[in-house]
Amino acid sequence: MNAGARHVYVHLPFCAHRCGYCDFVTAVGRRDQHGAYVEALLAELELERGQLADEVETVFLGGGTPTFTEPAALARLLAALPAADEVTVEANPETVTPELAALLRESGVTRISVGAQSFQPHLLEVLERRASPDDVRRAVHTLRDATIDNVSLDLVYGIPGQSPADLERDLAEALALEPEHLSCYELEAKPGTRFTHAHGDELLRQAEAMETYFERVVETLTGAGYRWYETANFCLRPESAGGRDLRARHNLGYWLGRDYLGLGVGAVSTIEGVRRRNAPGVPRYLEALGRGEPPERELEPLPADVRERERLLLGLRLDEPLATAGVEGALDRAALERLTRLGLVEAGEELISLTPRGRFLGGGVTAELLA
Amino acid sequence: MEQSRIRNFSIIAHIDHGKSTLADRILQLTDSVTDREMRDQLLDSMDLERERGITIKAQAVRVHWRGHELNLIDTPGHVDFTYEVSRSLQACEGALLVVDAAQGIEAQTLANAYLAIENNLEIVPVVNKIDLPSADPEGASAELADLIGDEPGRVLRISAKTGEGVADVLDAIIARIPAPAGDPAGPPRALVFDSSYDQYRGVIAFVRVVDGRFETGEPLRAMALGTRFDAEELGFMAPARRPVETLEAGEVGYVVTGLKEVSALRVGDTLTSERRPAAEPVPGYKDVKPMVFAGLFPTDSDTYPELRDALERLKLNDGSLFYEPETSQALGFGFRCGFLGLLHMEIVRERLEREFDLDLLATAPNVAYRVETRLGEWVEVHNPSEMPRELERVEEPYVTASIIVPKDYVGAIMELCNERRGRFDHLEYLSEERVHLTYELPLGEIVLDFYDQLKSRTRGYASFDYDFAGFREGALSRVDILVGGEPVDALSLIIHRDAAYERGKLLVERLKQEIPRQFFDVPIQAAIGARVIARETVKAKRKDVLSKCYGGDISRKRKLLEKQKKGKKRMKQIGGVEVPQEAFLAVLNLDQPKK
Repeated sequence: MNAGARHVYVHLPFCAHRCGYCDFVTAVGRRDQHGAYVEALLAELELERGQLADEVETVFLGGGTPTFTEPAALARLLAALPAADEVTVEANPETVTPELAALLRESGVTRISVGAQSFQPHLLEVLERRASPDDVRRAVHTLRDATIDNVSLDLVYGIPGQSPADLERDLAEALALEPEHLSCYELEAKPGTRFTHAHGDELLRQAEAMETYFERVVETLTGAGYRWYETANFCLRPESAGGRDLRARHNLGYWLGRDYLGLGVGAVSTIEGVRRRNAPGVPRYLEALGRGEPPERELEPLPADVRERERLLLGLRLDEPLATAGVEGALDRAALERLTRLGLVEAGEELISLTPRGRFLGGGVTAELLA
Repeated sequence: MEQSRIRNFSIIAHIDHGKSTLADRILQLTDSVTDREMRDQLLDSMDLERERGITIKAQAVRVHWRGHELNLIDTPGHVDFTYEVSRSLQACEGALLVVDAAQGIEAQTLANAYLAIENNLEIVPVVNKIDLPSADPEGASAELADLIGDEPGRVLRISAKTGEGVADVLDAIIARIPAPAGDPAGPPRALVFDSSYDQYRGVIAFVRVVDGRFETGEPLRAMALGTRFDAEELGFMAPARRPVETLEAGEVGYVVTGLKEVSALRVGDTLTSERRPAAEPVPGYKDVKPMVFAGLFPTDSDTYPELRDALERLKLNDGSLFYEPETSQALGFGFRCGFLGLLHMEIVRERLEREFDLDLLATAPNVAYRVETRLGEWVEVHNPSEMPRELERVEEPYVTASIIVPKDYVGAIMELCNERRGRFDHLEYLSEERVHLTYELPLGEIVLDFYDQLKSRTRGYASFDYDFAGFREGALSRVDILVGGEPVDALSLIIHRDAAYERGKLLVERLKQEIPRQFFDVPIQAAIGARVIARETVKAKRKDVLSKCYGGDISRKRKLLEKQKKGKKRMKQIGGVEVPQEAFLAVLNLDQPKK
């Protein structure tokens, strides 16, 4: 493999509305800026071209709501980005129209990640999502009609007021749409968000009652033939998908510790042992690139020991065993032995992996394994 | 000076009843200090004493009044130092018994007054603070006269604050207190009633010469311990050290011994001359033993050497402090410390934290137990975790507690004492309003929160004092607290069988709240021997994941896990369970008196 990043992330911060639980870099509305922002992105891409490998494997457009971006600007962006085997775009259900689906298909997008979150109106309201359950279903059908054959659905569980029956219904509704891929996240009350302010206490109160939701999610989805290939991610098994490996290749790049280039406000890159984070503000980003300069960014050097720890913590999120060769220095051997005795880790000569129970406790187990 | 012109006396008073103010006023009136030198409460030299308004270490000061030499021997003001008080009193022929005109007699005054009467001291009753608007000099005088069997008319009424009546007090000392009556020509004998440590000169003994005469430079011997040394310097305090060539029968002064350890010279011992030794020591020497024990551990294990040094330095000035290294699996390296009583413990702990800037964890205090093993041997146990689980019998220390309360609270006191296994002994009315109760109580019931309870149940009106009354057999059990099946040494306790279940249940419930959930179920148990008397379970975690982790999150998630790991490293491992230090703290502080 030649040097340079083979994975490109592009951040499109614009949204119609900021959901209460969101802590991503977002900008509401500003339709007049979309064109300029895309130009700035492309200018940044030109500045960073040297960081890229000759062959880019994946491109991922995240947000914000990438599909909220002005269609002309979005089309221009997609056309100018390097060609890749997997091109993913995140979409909010209410933005998916036949025109948009066609635009994406024609622009070479191979995979759409739909932010469904839930199918229960009362829960969507708590999350301040604008799409109705019908919008979600309609969006998926629209994408299918446009012959997009790799659709992922995002679901959130642990929403204030969500009963076990609500969760079962959400999973059943999602499965009924036969997505190739599912991402299921526990709702996090991130400090400082409006949501935490409004619902934080309630989340704490229900924490114990919802402790089993993660298990329910995994049981239901694996029972329906999905592969639990990463802590929060599931995909159809090859045997049910015409032999295709439907794991998200772009995200696998992160979990395998590959280099990636991030473009746009707040985007993060990790290239040759240095992580950099672009500053979040849209106006300053536009100004800098307007002058032909790179955006303001923070640099975080990643020394070898840090890289090893990251490889360990990322690698253990996957269902495939991790080679100990590259993470020896990051491993607390005594902890490894203790956790093996507890049936949470399986350790061979060269490989380690978490047992199913170990995966449910993956955060704590990994913390303990760190030297 | 002629013995007939010497008067030796001390002042007995409750905290805040004005002992120190009176002492200061006496120094001023006798021109012993200039106004410039005058600091309030000159006799209390330690900051802590000054702040808490109590006297910890006694000192002696010599003043002159109308052709007489008066020696004021200060006494420690608290029950824990009863033995030191009794030695100070033994060095005197009389005592001023000072009572606040608004408060009347308190339990502590009573205890020390009885001690003075037992020592055949002439008591000069004094009612102080007559300048206060709330003062009741009549009532206080009557109570006082009644207590010591004197005429109310002979009770002096003064205000140490304004100076009113203080000269009369000095006159009464000369008129009423007998002169010393030792044998000036006999073999020299001097009673050690206090000692202190000087960095450059070693141990300094404060003495009352009973018979004969001591000369500078002569070889001396402490009769009880057999310690030998030379009298490097003799002198008296006025209030600074004033060297003299000789100290004679009846006089009070100091001896610079050059000894490097306070423990080489005990309060109550008798000094005599090697050249002309006395046949018998002054009676009354006792080897005082610590009665209350607690483990002291540094919060930060790196400061262990500092704790050791600090204890060494405190010990130099406090012969009654006992300590030995202790290793606890829960709390790390520390010391098992022995104290004369609760206040002594609190003072030591506070001095360690304040003067030596140490952060300490203290285990719940316990008393000394005498245990007869199955083999018929008697051993003394200072630490619950060392109590044999198999034993024949246990004896625990009892005290005679003396409590004075307004009569409305008698019921509350009786209830409290009954809860604490007290045996009623005696009740008498000191006046129409105030009642004096005596109870026999196990010291172990007092060391926890008895004093706090006493204060809260009587709205602070009760005053309390106790005196050691000997060891008695008790139905005591050792209760162990087990986490993950393994006993936590620092949490073992010895408790009366009837209270074991309740206490065990409480500790286990509390600990359950403090131990974070682990990857497996953690049983928390209280057990007597192999019998579990209470149990709780910390249920295993079922889920502990970072739900989302993509390119932009990696640094933050890594830092989160690294922090988590650091937290885990700080925890103590007991039975494979990670227990945060706060958990021990919470349980240890379950009912420790609040400061």
